[in-house]
Amino acid sequence: MSAYDVVLKARANGRATAQDYINGIFTDFVELHGDRRFADDSAVIAGIARLGDKSVTVIGLEKGSDVKDRAARNFGSAQPEGYRKALRQMKQAEKFGRPVICFVDTSGAYCGIGAEERGQGQAIAENLWTMMTLGVPVISVIIGEGGSGGALALAVADEVWMLENSIYSVISPEGCASILWKDSTKAPDAAECLKLTSRELYRLGVVEKVITEKLGQQQIYDTLSRLFSETITRIDSEGKEKMLEARYERFRKFGSYTETVV
Amino acid sequence: MLRKGIFRRPHIALEGNTKQTKAITPDVPEELCIACPSCGKMMFSTELDENLGVCISCSHHLKLNARKRIILIADEGSFIEHDTDMTSVNHLDFPGYDKKLKSAKADSGEKEAVITGICSIGGINTAIFIMDPYFMMGSMGSVVGEKITRLFEFATINNLHVIGYCVSGGARMQEGIISLMQMAKVSGAVKLHSDKGLLYVTVLTDPTTGGVTASFAMQGDIIIAEPGALVGFAGPRVIEQTIRRKLPEGFQRAEFLLKAGFVDDIVERRRQKEYLRLLLSLHERNGENDVSL
Repeated sequence: MSAYDVVLKARANGRATAQDYINGIFTDFVELHGDRRFADDSAVIAGIARLGDKSVTVIGLEKGSDVKDRAARNFGSAQPEGYRKALRQMKQAEKFGRPVICFVDTSGAYCGIGAEERGQGQAIAENLWTMMTLGVPVISVIIGEGGSGGALALAVADEVWMLENSIYSVISPEGCASILWKDSTKAPDAAECLKLTSRELYRLGVVEKVITEKLGQQQIYDTLSRLFSETITRIDSEGKEKMLEARYERFRKFGSYTETVV
Repeated sequence: MLRKGIFRRPHIALEGNTKQTKAITPDVPEELCIACPSCGKMMFSTELDENLGVCISCSHHLKLNARKRIILIADEGSFIEHDTDMTSVNHLDFPGYDKKLKSAKADSGEKEAVITGICSIGGINTAIFIMDPYFMMGSMGSVVGEKITRLFEFATINNLHVIGYCVSGGARMQEGIISLMQMAKVSGAVKLHSDKGLLYVTVLTDPTTGGVTASFAMQGDIIIAEPGALVGFAGPRVIEQTIRRKLPEGFQRAEFLLKAGFVDDIVERRRQKEYLRLLLSLHERNGENDVSL
């Protein structure tokens, strides 16, 4: 399967969305709306739920189910208020000592006049640095598309996992091809170069786990439920200080460069 | 007696053939003419340099390389550069990246898109990073992320405030996901610096976009912009393609950001040193930020 085949799979209609994962893994989900500043962005679903007998905060980038729903949710491209809604829920999670679980599925943060006027860059920037020192465990799972900064804004976590046929990239293959080769039809070549598949990203150490999709969807939910519980228990047992140190180091290590004088 | 060769056709020198030009017109100074990208006014480069890279006619702030900014901001001779030899590696074997790095080095005279270090401004010590628009349009890859992260870590240990000049087209796609990870990496270092009660001032210059806007450019305690600087998450062309209409005049410019509440002020280039000195002095911590320079 080529990298671009994976891109198409990650984007396919009918692929399970964040809402499906929330329904499949948790019980007693209470959805909470709004950022308390401007509006409620339905590209982001946020709320409290139970994982087994533990309360958790759940946040997801939601693409929507049918045509109408997808349009209403901007196809999962969040506005600044979506990221601020997520941030508000994360801060509440910290207050009440609840772990945070994020589902990422977006082609990217929304780009438009309103999004710029309300500070899309600032909203994402604030999530990045707040999440870095959030005092509760954070786990992010990329379930479809992990599009650039709009995905990272929900993926500064203790662990980041990916579904086998999901992608995570700094730019869409189409965008990359049109900038590099002035030809967006060369997206398949760009997809190959960008190393955006779960296999490549696991190799690069960007994700800790890849969840196979050979299982049925219900088995994926069961597997994730078990892995969430195990991982949260492990992180909790190590203590907050160690958790934050490990989270910082997790991102600190990324980068290739040389310092030898040539 | 006729001079030999007086009726010979005069030799016409090709443009750019400096040797010939010099021989024919020895008295014309070798000054380069630059047109203001905003009003079109033609200026000699020395004239422009004397005016700090600001158009003498319309006050448009032209792009400025990182070394020139150091001269404008730092006390003379006080700048000590960090990580001078760090260079990029094409770790994904991305097609064309090696060539691109080579020409970026030639264009800018720098090894990467940011220079970092410590200096004093009006006698007050500070850590400083300055991005360079002539190196791949200040795009952020591993080296930019690593150098800025190290600077914040150094400043956190040594109780130094940080001043950061931003200019960037965004994350460097030739480094794939690792360039995206730099946003989180730098953000972490900025947060730890902030949690220690230290000041971080960002100066947004034309243009600051993409992953840099969505991370450390917008994380300053105080954010100022140069007049007319374009600052945004998505670039204007991308937005126009998405919404399929023209953007309003002045959209994403510094003045628009000030009105929308995303920058603290707009500060002209010639006032920046004094402005930064004042901010640093208003945040002086008793005897703490005196690392010896």
